[in-house]
Amino acid sequence: MSSLAAAEGHQTVIPAKIIQPAWVRVMHWINAVAMIMMIMSGWQIYNASPLFDFRFSHSITLGSWLGGALLWHFAAMWLLMINGLAYLVVGLATGRFRNKLLPLTPSGVIADVKAALTFKLGHADLTVYNHVQKLLYAGIILVGIVVVLSGLSIWKPVQLHWLVTLFGDYPTARYIHFFCMAAIVAFLVVHIALAVLVPKSLRAMIIGR
Amino acid sequence: MGRLRSLLIPGVDKKLLVRDAVKVMPDLARRRFIAGGASLGALTLLTGCNVVDGDSADQLLAKISKFNDAVQGWLFNPDALAPTFPESAITKPFPFNAYYEVDEAPEVDGKTWKLEVRGLVDNKKSWTLDELYALPQVKQVTRHICVEGWSAIGSWTGTPLRDFLKLIGADTSARYVWFQCADKDGYNSPLDMRTALHPQTQMAFKFADEILPRAYGFPMKIRVPTKLGFKNPKYVMSMEVTNEYKGGYWEDQGYNSFSGS
Repeated sequence: MSSLAAAEGHQTVIPAKIIQPAWVRVMHWINAVAMIMMIMSGWQIYNASPLFDFRFSHSITLGSWLGGALLWHFAAMWLLMINGLAYLVVGLATGRFRNKLLPLTPSGVIADVKAALTFKLGHADLTVYNHVQKLLYAGIILVGIVVVLSGLSIWKPVQLHWLVTLFGDYPTARYIHFFCMAAIVAFLVVHIALAVLVPKSLRAMIIGR
Repeated sequence: MGRLRSLLIPGVDKKLLVRDAVKVMPDLARRRFIAGGASLGALTLLTGCNVVDGDSADQLLAKISKFNDAVQGWLFNPDALAPTFPESAITKPFPFNAYYEVDEAPEVDGKTWKLEVRGLVDNKKSWTLDELYALPQVKQVTRHICVEGWSAIGSWTGTPLRDFLKLIGADTSARYVWFQCADKDGYNSPLDMRTALHPQTQMAFKFADEILPRAYGFPMKIRVPTKLGFKNPKYVMSMEVTNEYKGGYWEDQGYNSFSGS
């Protein structure tokens, strides 16, 4: 867990410093697989009783029918929840969240958004997140927590009725679950686009450097 | 699965048959059709592994679903009550939902109908509707939650199932109460005993203070507000107290068997 600190302490002997420690990389890719399985099976579940006037194309859903999709959704949820919980614990315990995501200020975000839109935002040091990254990464962690809690509440609306009450009522919790998914998909589009624009960030998430 | 397996013809490619069959099915039928193979392409895409053996993925999912049954059994608090609502919150009109159209719903003759009682019970006498109507009844206004995601608040009145089980001398240490229904294709569903004994689980004879209409399961529906809708059987013909897991109409097709809410 101290690979980041160790790498920084021995910069002269290690050719490139570790940008993403191993635990971040492992959990990132487990989360990617689990999240995609949850989203694709979730779309199939949505199709059984759509909240809005559209359905997701069968070609991009997982599970082929409602029953199959539910099996996928309630299997992948364990991967998502256990990995996500471990990520939160390690992220807090190692101080990574504090070091990487704070301080996060509105003025910093505005300045970095301006810089990004005028292509002046540098990516020389990938170990330091700019304010746009900080906002997106902190935001997506929060959305991840809410998507799991709203999901749990609609899975167990009687046993966890206090959780349903937190969201309002059962139908509201369902909408919140859907909007969290939409936020995650929107994040994914930006996240993947930026990883493609700055390929060394993708390399860092695979081999660490 | 047994129902589906018996439909397969030896020597016919199962996957091709499924693909062709799904194409010609109307949406409603497709919904309840298992075609697990079709999901494997997506898994291959995700993991980069070629999961050729479709059965192994399906088996793993089935195992996890069994594990989820156990988790839900552990989460189930026999004293936790489903939230109740004021009458003003009742959804109107309350939706009809089944794997068939409303005009195909069973027409049960209440005069000749008798509830058959079988299995681990002291008194196996059959019950007429008048005899059942004479039992003490309670009303509940609770949310019905469908496996499809939609929900609706309804009002049901009937006899708590646990009172009836006591009355007939049922062995409440048995594992299931298994219900059989008059729906076409023979609907049935197992209910775990702890849920059967839950205070809000009832043999419902009325909806919105009126005798249960045909659309909602006349003459008797088992109302289980701690379960998804498909575990609330309508048009009940018989119940059997048993230790054996006898499967169910939807459960056999892949819906999670516990499906508690």
